[in-house]
Amino acid sequence: MSPEKLARMANQIATFFRAQNQATAPAEVAKHLRLFWEPRMRDALQAHAATGGGGLDPVAAEAVRLLGRT
Amino acid sequence: MSLVQETDFGTPQAHGAPVTLSIDGVAVTVPAGTSLMRAAAEAGTKVPKLCATDSVEASGSCRLCLVEVEGMRGTPASCTTLVAPGMVVRTQTERLARLRRGVMELYISDHPLDCLTCAANGDCELQDMAGAVGLREVRYAPGANHVQAHGNPLHQAKDQSNPYFDYDPAKCIVCSRCVRACEQTQGTFALTIEGRGFDSRVSPGMHESFLGSECVSCGACVQACPTATLTEKSVIAIGQPEHAVVTTCAYCGVGCSFKAEMRGEQLVRMVPFKDGKANRGHSCVKGRFAWGYATHRDRVLNPMLRERITDPWREVTWEQAFTHVAKEFRRIQATHGKRSVGALTSSRCTNEETFLVQKLVRAGFGTNNVDTCARVCHSPTGYGLNQAFGTSAGTQDFDSVEHSDVVIVIGANPTDGHPVFASRLKKRLRAGAKLIVIDPRRIDLVRSPHVEAAYHLPLQPGTNVAVLTAMAHVIVTEGLVDERFIRARCDTDAFDHWARFVAGPENSPETVAHFSGVPAEAIRGAARLFATGGNGAIYYGLGVTEHSQGSTTVMAIANLAMATGNLGRPGVGVNPLRGQNNVQGSCDMGSFPHELPGYRHISDDATRASFEALWGVPLDHEPGLRIPNMLDAAVEGSFKGLYVQGEDIVQSDPDTRHVIEGLKAMECVVVHDLFLNETADYAHVFLPGSSFLEKDGTFTNAERRINRVRRVMSPRNGLADWEVTQGMARAFGLGWDYTHPSQIMDEIAASTPSFAGVSYPLLDRLGSVQWPCNAAAPEGTPVMHMETFARGEGRFLITEYVPTEERTGPRYPLLMTTGRILSQYNVGAQTRRTANTTWHGEDVLEIHPHDAEQRGVRDGDWVRLASRAGETTLRAVLTDRVAPGVVYTTFHHPTTQANVITTDNSDWATNCPEYKVTAVQVTASNGPTGWQQGYRAHSEQSRRIVPLDAAE
Repeated sequence: MSPEKLARMANQIATFFRAQNQATAPAEVAKHLRLFWEPRMRDALQAHAATGGGGLDPVAAEAVRLLGRT
Repeated sequence: MSLVQETDFGTPQAHGAPVTLSIDGVAVTVPAGTSLMRAAAEAGTKVPKLCATDSVEASGSCRLCLVEVEGMRGTPASCTTLVAPGMVVRTQTERLARLRRGVMELYISDHPLDCLTCAANGDCELQDMAGAVGLREVRYAPGANHVQAHGNPLHQAKDQSNPYFDYDPAKCIVCSRCVRACEQTQGTFALTIEGRGFDSRVSPGMHESFLGSECVSCGACVQACPTATLTEKSVIAIGQPEHAVVTTCAYCGVGCSFKAEMRGEQLVRMVPFKDGKANRGHSCVKGRFAWGYATHRDRVLNPMLRERITDPWREVTWEQAFTHVAKEFRRIQATHGKRSVGALTSSRCTNEETFLVQKLVRAGFGTNNVDTCARVCHSPTGYGLNQAFGTSAGTQDFDSVEHSDVVIVIGANPTDGHPVFASRLKKRLRAGAKLIVIDPRRIDLVRSPHVEAAYHLPLQPGTNVAVLTAMAHVIVTEGLVDERFIRARCDTDAFDHWARFVAGPENSPETVAHFSGVPAEAIRGAARLFATGGNGAIYYGLGVTEHSQGSTTVMAIANLAMATGNLGRPGVGVNPLRGQNNVQGSCDMGSFPHELPGYRHISDDATRASFEALWGVPLDHEPGLRIPNMLDAAVEGSFKGLYVQGEDIVQSDPDTRHVIEGLKAMECVVVHDLFLNETADYAHVFLPGSSFLEKDGTFTNAERRINRVRRVMSPRNGLADWEVTQGMARAFGLGWDYTHPSQIMDEIAASTPSFAGVSYPLLDRLGSVQWPCNAAAPEGTPVMHMETFARGEGRFLITEYVPTEERTGPRYPLLMTTGRILSQYNVGAQTRRTANTTWHGEDVLEIHPHDAEQRGVRDGDWVRLASRAGETTLRAVLTDRVAPGVVYTTFHHPTTQANVITTDNSDWATNCPEYKVTAVQVTASNGPTGWQQGYRAHSEQSRRIVPLDAAE
């Protein structure tokens, strides 16, 4: 899966949740990814983040870190 | 079996306080406002009538329904005389009989007497009434008439221009039932009575042909006609039907009930069913007339296989096909992993059939890679409404609109997409309700006969969230919120947070006006009207959902409804107009990759355990791939096998080139459809499908109404679709042995709380039922969230406007948006195989004259339409229906391929594609692009078939 496309999709999600509440946004984004993204999409995004995560916004990047912990 | 007889009470139902009177010596109690004719009919007495029928208001013109009323002078018409307490009415006396015979004699003196060869023979009210009044002779000498064909200036030839019905003026008795039906039932006002005396007759428009007039071919006039004046061509060709079965239309999400009127296994006509709770006896050109595709010669009737997509198809037996699919999918899974295969359930198939496909994927394939075409239409509705209210469905029934005072229609074009609902809406608007239209185009509802929107907000595509939030800004800052409702029903912390957000200057109408193109005063006026105008209802369609902020827009709609207290009673609510007949149902049945039936997340251990116990296999706890993800994964190489039940993703899904690239990368694509559709051009296995006339099941419409679909003929392909999926499942080693779809519904009811009370006996008894249907609501739920929201408290969500990344620029300076047209349905696989092509033979590009002039494009010219995704050609139509800077087209024809143009942008929450905003350029052109030519060449090559006999 194209990492650029996945990063763009993750950023869209981050934008929504940041507007709801800056503090809880990363956890909400991580939750959204867990609920709606198939594992290989999450894996590809995590792999992308692990290699620098170009194009990921800070909330999305933090969400990917949270994903990695579970 | 026999025809389904419906009582014609003569005049519409009234709703007043009870009134008791005497009719023919019998005490009768009816609501005040009821006509004497209807009161008599309810007591079981049929007063003779010609110009009255209960679908339209009485006109009192035929003078056949005269009665005597004690204390009243003369013989009043029973259709226009209303009941009063203590009235004493006689429906049959010597005097009345004499008068009626006189009236009939006059009618018959100017009517052809070719009854034996007349198409209405056996179904003619004039014939019936002649019998009822005892007409035995016609004493008038031949004279002036409108019947005689030769040398008679008063005679007018038949109008056979409409492809589905004939108009024979010679048979017309000028009862005006058709005129009233066109006005009151359909709301088009296409018909009138022209002329005087023998010269008077029905006229479409200004003495035009039916086809040339503004007639929309809904069939209401044909339905209302008491004689053979307006008759279905199919009845003329075949004869009168002999039995009928009530079933449900397989076109849009309105879900109209029809009587399929039959001779043996031959369908004679589809007649809208008066007791159908979605349509109340009305229909549109698709459901009533466009069913010929079911027996079209293009139907594929045998299963077929091939190695490569450039090979000709080879006909095989069902067993060979099932075995092949199972072998291929097992091989792929062994090589590429369990999650390398998946399926798409069809929103055109029944609940039972979609349930089986998702069950096959989860229990047979062992993955959750199942999705449905709701992904590309209403998935943001599911997500957005679930976040706000706790359920993924519309809140009302269609009857609710009769109680609305202000209606917002946003991103929907009901007169084209949901015509029968549009007629019901227009009826309410003519009675005084106010309308607000929010749409980039001037859709017909903005101004049509006797309907005019109070506000039309012609916003730039992609600015829905901004405009709706600006309306909320007005409601909050001007103190128009319904505080009592919010305190009682909603999460007040979330409301306070939201109210502060919307009140910000960035959400003011004045700010939003700059980029939405909607004047601030119009936003303010619309918001004030909605908040203060009484019962406010919001109806919306794909112009809301198919955006990068589709889910956010759904939330903005929910916010607006909650802030104004417009939820939880008739006349209000949030009403998604669903595209296909069973989009609601396919979502309910667990067609989404993250959800089991009843919208329960796959990660929920208890839900999963209940299905594991029922199905006897462990289930994957991770969400599966959605359609766009499947295609991405296919291109990347990790997704190799797909079973597509009744869907045509090559034509319907965005960015056609990417879709084809994905399909080409797969090793086994199974298409299960009526026809060799566009997707089948890239398939390795073809399983012929059955039409809605050929199987039993249920569809669930936009109002959550579960309606029965009943088999009226044998499947031409041999198997109903649920039997095909069952055959595949058996080849996968699953021991399914359903013998009737009712058993599948029983399994759904047993496993899904919101369907717990649903069964075929219940549906047979009630006609239909709206879920939730369970112990708490044994006869279903017409209006949701009456006391509390499904999630408890209603939840306000912040709807920050985020402009789409799809922007205009020097290369692509126009914004394209897409939609549907009345006569065609989605990818057109059905309607293109009917005479509906008479109205819409090709997709065209609507462009504003200003934009056209700049490009040297004239009306009817071929133009090249290009975006960053691709390009195509089609003809231009110049119209100010679209604003400068915006172009519009439909996507019904594979030769046009509007979706070559659309991009892979999608809704942030659900991946629903952003069909409604694409930056494009339009230039003059000579003809098809290279892509179109190549596509067509492959299509022709791919559709060759080697018959079974030759193959063996």
